[in-house]
Amino acid sequence: MVLLELRQIEKYYNSGTVNEMCLFENFNLTIQNHQFVSVIGSNGSGKTSMLNLICGSIPVDKGRILMNGRDITHLPEFKRQRLIGRVYQNPAMGTCPNMTILENMSLADHKGKAFNLLPGINRQRKEYYQEQLKTLGLGLEDKLDVKAGVLSGGQRQAMALLMASMTPIEFLILDEHTAALDPKTAETIMCLTNQIVKEKNVTTIMVTHNLRYAVEYGDRILMMHQGNAVIDMEGEEKKNILIDDILKKFNEISIECGN
Amino acid sequence: MITILLGILEEGLVYAIMALGVYITYKILDFPDLSVDSTFPMGAAITAVAITAGMPPALTLPLAFFAGALAGCVTGFIHVKLRVRDLLSGIIVMTALYSINLRIAGKANLHIFNQETIFDNGFLTRIMPDALKSCQVFLVLAVIILVCKILLDLYLKTRSGFLLRAVGDNETLVTSLAKDKGMVKILGLAIANGFAALAGCVYCQQKGFFEISMGTGTIVIGLANVIIGTQLFKRFSMVKATSAVIFGSILYKACVSIALSLDQIRIGSIIITFPVIASDLKLITSILFLAILIAGNHQGRRGNGFA
Repeated sequence: MVLLELRQIEKYYNSGTVNEMCLFENFNLTIQNHQFVSVIGSNGSGKTSMLNLICGSIPVDKGRILMNGRDITHLPEFKRQRLIGRVYQNPAMGTCPNMTILENMSLADHKGKAFNLLPGINRQRKEYYQEQLKTLGLGLEDKLDVKAGVLSGGQRQAMALLMASMTPIEFLILDEHTAALDPKTAETIMCLTNQIVKEKNVTTIMVTHNLRYAVEYGDRILMMHQGNAVIDMEGEEKKNILIDDILKKFNEISIECGN
Repeated sequence: MITILLGILEEGLVYAIMALGVYITYKILDFPDLSVDSTFPMGAAITAVAITAGMPPALTLPLAFFAGALAGCVTGFIHVKLRVRDLLSGIIVMTALYSINLRIAGKANLHIFNQETIFDNGFLTRIMPDALKSCQVFLVLAVIILVCKILLDLYLKTRSGFLLRAVGDNETLVTSLAKDKGMVKILGLAIANGFAALAGCVYCQQKGFFEISMGTGTIVIGLANVIIGTQLFKRFSMVKATSAVIFGSILYKACVSIALSLDQIRIGSIIITFPVIASDLKLITSILFLAILIAGNHQGRRGNGFA
């Protein structure tokens, strides 16, 4: 079943000025339910813009976005987030620095529910939060009253990942979520990501600059270039792809662009 | 001496109510909200008119709060929906309310001497023991500020309160939680201006009048109270921020009173004599505020504020 469909998307930056830049022209993309899509591409190829269009952070100029067959093209960003979990490149984006770990977990737990005058922390859920934090293997379960701001980037990103996937979501969006971390922490977060995606069987788009992650994880690979998918492989074809094949494609593109 | 101390406590507590509101906008939302400069006198104007019309004094408190909250919603609406910068939204509402306050009161001064107020009414006269008569005003104020503080503390622990804290801390997360961050900001501004108007209401009943320019500099006092309080008590984690703000308000009022009572400054052997007059109040308010900001900067890392 199709979860997400981008139909004939057009997106221009600085439209109407001399600096007008066309990012997407007649861009189409279909993502099936439970697919794990890795997206790679050089800077400015439209990877993050694509995520922003899907999430509604920026509007499309033309075209339609459908989720579960429902047209969400004009739905405001916060309403779309109901069924989307998003983890950003910057680990600070996923947690509230001046709130404790417990408070952050409670916030995430109440996503999709009413934020009314009931107590912000449900004591009965505390054990559940601890259990969840334990799966991260970072010892955060014993630091519930510590402010999230004092955690390291890796710890915060792990929490962000947990918080983004805590409530039932249909779509997990990972925006270069390991790019700001050291290699070892990035590895940990990537394993964790894979574990969560497998466990929840959630449809995922992961933008990454790490070609190895893109090849190793996920069951479909997209390579973006100038607003188009120049590589789009899934299934057996994706399994057999090598980093060298992708690098070759990267070089071809660079030569085309005159670099 | 006791009278002076009581005077400081009383005025400090009145402004502490408003400072609780400024704490929400400045510390929690990181929004420099100037509209309190006009919502404070608005609370006073409404109270003066309502009491003159024979409304029971206790009812003016919620009335002023809701009127202030409404004005706060307008500031929020201008900022969030019409996309006007935070500072400008506050200035627009502040300026507009000046005229509206005059319309509410009908004139620039309105006295409510000889009327029943929350500080002076039949009920209080009956229940208050004679020994406590001299600090009756202080006791009433203490009850009001305690109720405000406890309600605010409780609110900040609710789900809605969590969201309010989150929006100042990390807007993106609020969007990720599928909540409209704009609405949360409007709510925060409404509560903050509600407190400012409530303070105006109490001030009017304590002093016995409304005066159109009484709100000038409210934001400066509010910010000074919040910054003194939170800076002084930031090392004491068991002191709640709301309590710190209340202590800060009293302390700041004490500083202003001391500055006002000066008539000479001795620097070494040089003595500078200058008679301070009552109209120097705003000058002293500003200079003290500046001193607090500079002192705060020298303490190193700032909070999530901007000053």
